[in-house]
Amino acid sequence: MTTPLNTSGLDNSGRRIVVDPVTRIEGHMRCEVNVDENNIIRNAVSTGTMWRGLEVILKGRDPRDAWAFVERICGVCTGTHALTSCRAVEDALGIQVPLNAHLIRHMMDKTLQIHDHIVHFYHLHALDWVNPVNALKADPKATSELQQMVSPHHAKSSPGYFKDVQTRLKKFVESGQLGLFANGYWDNPAYKLPAEADLMAVAHYLEALDLQRDIVKIHTIFGGKNPHPNYMVGGVACAINIDGVGASGAPVNMTSLNFVLERIREAQEFTNNVYIPDVLTIAGVYKDWLHGGGLAASNLLSYGTYSKVPYDKSTDMLPAGAIVNGNWDEVLPVDVRDPEQIKEFVDHSWYSYEGEKQGLHPWEGETEPNFELGPNTVGTKTNIKELDESAKYSWIKAPRWRGHAMEVGPLARYIIAYASGTEVVKDQVDRSLSAFNQSTGLDLGLKQFLPSTLGRTLARALECQLCADTMLDDWHQLVGNIKNGDSSTANVEKWDPKSWPKEAMGVGINEAPRGALGHWIKIKDGKIENYQAIVPTTWNGSPRDSEGNIGAFEASLLNTPMERPDEPVEILRTLHSFDPCLACSTHVMSEDGQELTKVKIR
Amino acid sequence: MSQIETFYEVMRRQGITRRSFLKYCSLTAAALGLGPTFAPKIANAMETKERTPVIWLHGLECTCCSESFIRSAHPLVKDVVLSMISLDYDDTLMASAGHQAEAILEETIQKYKGKYILAVEGNPPLNEDGMFCIVGGKPFLDQLKHAAKDAAAVIAWGSCASWGCVQAARPNPTQAVPIHKVITDKPIIKVPGCPPIAEVMTGVITYMLTFGRLPELDRQGRPKMFYSQRIHDKCYRRPHFDAGQFVEEWDDEGARKGYCLYKVGCKGPTTYNACSTVRWNEGTSFPIQAGHGCIGCSEDGFWDKGSFYDRLTDINQFGIEQNADEIGMAVAGGVGAAVTAHAAVSAVKRAQHKGDQE
Repeated sequence: MTTPLNTSGLDNSGRRIVVDPVTRIEGHMRCEVNVDENNIIRNAVSTGTMWRGLEVILKGRDPRDAWAFVERICGVCTGTHALTSCRAVEDALGIQVPLNAHLIRHMMDKTLQIHDHIVHFYHLHALDWVNPVNALKADPKATSELQQMVSPHHAKSSPGYFKDVQTRLKKFVESGQLGLFANGYWDNPAYKLPAEADLMAVAHYLEALDLQRDIVKIHTIFGGKNPHPNYMVGGVACAINIDGVGASGAPVNMTSLNFVLERIREAQEFTNNVYIPDVLTIAGVYKDWLHGGGLAASNLLSYGTYSKVPYDKSTDMLPAGAIVNGNWDEVLPVDVRDPEQIKEFVDHSWYSYEGEKQGLHPWEGETEPNFELGPNTVGTKTNIKELDESAKYSWIKAPRWRGHAMEVGPLARYIIAYASGTEVVKDQVDRSLSAFNQSTGLDLGLKQFLPSTLGRTLARALECQLCADTMLDDWHQLVGNIKNGDSSTANVEKWDPKSWPKEAMGVGINEAPRGALGHWIKIKDGKIENYQAIVPTTWNGSPRDSEGNIGAFEASLLNTPMERPDEPVEILRTLHSFDPCLACSTHVMSEDGQELTKVKIR
Repeated sequence: MSQIETFYEVMRRQGITRRSFLKYCSLTAAALGLGPTFAPKIANAMETKERTPVIWLHGLECTCCSESFIRSAHPLVKDVVLSMISLDYDDTLMASAGHQAEAILEETIQKYKGKYILAVEGNPPLNEDGMFCIVGGKPFLDQLKHAAKDAAAVIAWGSCASWGCVQAARPNPTQAVPIHKVITDKPIIKVPGCPPIAEVMTGVITYMLTFGRLPELDRQGRPKMFYSQRIHDKCYRRPHFDAGQFVEEWDDEGARKGYCLYKVGCKGPTTYNACSTVRWNEGTSFPIQAGHGCIGCSEDGFWDKGSFYDRLTDINQFGIEQNADEIGMAVAGGVGAAVTAHAAVSAVKRAQHKGDQE
């Protein structure tokens, strides 16, 4: 049965299930679904439940400071907004950064991808598949054998090691203080891993905590700290001094470069020996659970990233493009400056403006908060029991590409890259699918496997591997460039606002861990006149639009059977596969931020 | 017998001898600036204490504090969460969601009335009846007040909870306020920074668990052990400031030699934090070492104090502005004389401003 992508295919007559808060995400989110008599989800409503108004705050400020403000949009995908903001300002002012800065920014960006993907999988997503309580039943010796089978090169694989982890877990559980695991759904039949796989995954949950702590130190070298490393318009602030006077006190020197190299190697090792084998092992057990595709089977968007030649988008390692209606044979070009392509709608969002049925391109973005609940809301304004999705119901707006709701993220990047013939991606994907088919005895095609919750989770792991591998290339290129006598890290020609035109506008784009990210800026008299960000979770978590098209979160939940509707394991599993980031998605431009409309209940 | 695994047991199980454990306790005592007599107390606490329940709430924020927390290297965050505290509610990391998550929050509050620590990341918006931040269909503000009522102590993580931070920057469209504006009957430990340093966060928690009391706070509510000195006071580039050697422009000779960043906007001279001593991410580096000035992220209202690249002007009273320029000129004439003059002025300034922030 195909997934409906429009409200016309939804049925909200069945039992309503409310999940609020949706946990193990960044920010605040609510989800409501209706299940039919067979406990299959037939209607889904996803709601962003926070708004901070960052772009309002940016108005009138120094564009060179913007990166720091928007970096605070999100501390999980930390740095990606800062980078995108620098690009927007540089685009507006016509600044090109030196090659070293380009490479260092790529390395910082890939560090984020690796960190974010690993933390997401192990610390936010794993508990949707892994049952830590069941791990107590595992035989450590059999776990050791499993570990050595799925990953022969991983050092931590002895029976003693797993016995230790299990003992620690046992004491923790028996203490009666279950902490983060309390009230989990541990006897729900939706959990299917054998105890040994559960124990292996628990061990890796802990190992990943160590790895994530170390990989971000690349940010600390180049940006001084993590979370929230420093960025700079015009390049990077970390000057290079390899062998001159004062080199040992310089940001980038021989020891710090060596340090970075070690961290890259650790990330490669972990991804190859732990992360990818774990995802494939879990996928193999959950082989019959291929739900959650939703929009991924039809509409996907990527702005492209990691250009090999600076400022030449045609050299992007992961290419830009859009796929609509499931036609992988045609990857359509995307232009973020074209007012006809990207528009945001607010019919079902808590904003309003004159003639609000019209979508607006982000350069023209105009909104005012308008918290208004529909007539079928159950509850009160400050105690909502059930939302009325026929009216406004989310702090997230609804961006559309040529009128289509789109899915963004690692899976979108990977399908678009695959469809565009990107060799390294095709190789990764084909190998994974064949490993999956081999271990399960199935014979699934790509279009059956990739557009699913599992496919989304796999694409993220493969991208982590790609980033670790290519970060090593960046490192070598950086060292080679320095060797050739180029130590430049900043272009300061237009640092002084006096050198700027009276008015300028620009756009910065990136592929953030969660998908396509764009920042649009207008500068006037040296100050920010208008700032607008459309972030990945705005795309994925968008509410419905005026045509009834539904967003990626909602679409992905449809037709999914639930084992126990009161225990939202399946809902969490699929929502988490997008890695929702609500602080990101829910701050949009207001032309006049102080004028806040009062709530009305009709 | 107690089933609860103490921190000591964790260390022993990891192959650490009792001797090394005691040494660890002495080092911890020294790191906290407490002197050797405190080591046995730390040892005793780690051997016997049950895990203290912690409720960690999230308001309007970006989750950078949680992200920082999980970077802690000493103690390791897995040891904190598995063996030192019982993180009973934290919507970023907890397994359960929706009703089951809300039930755990309620259960913890009831079961440990007056005994749990409330940690708050982010802050409540007051506009729109609080509905700019909704949890469980209700304003976050309600949840915050409810959980604060029976807390033993409240920790304000980061600049959002401590000061308001970015969403409270002009014009503060949601009217986000620091938590002390709505929790008025409890001691609040402010651990500011955007985010705070990981080891500062776990250091504050470790201190409280170990000594069973709040850390000594300054007048603004910040633990003195981490926030009593300016970044400038302990900056490794400070000798260049005193010598009048400055980065004049990004990527110039001075930038490559690690000169002082004061002239390109560094807020180290007015920022109270431990970045230049504890440093970031297991002591790897800190913003100034990586070439960018401090943006002052642990200070109240740092977003609204002008550009991050403007030279500090509000420290004219210190005479720094004047001296930096004078010295800059003097350097051309003779570095030696400049160093002496500058150092003398700095000493006077220190004397003048002693106790300023007490």
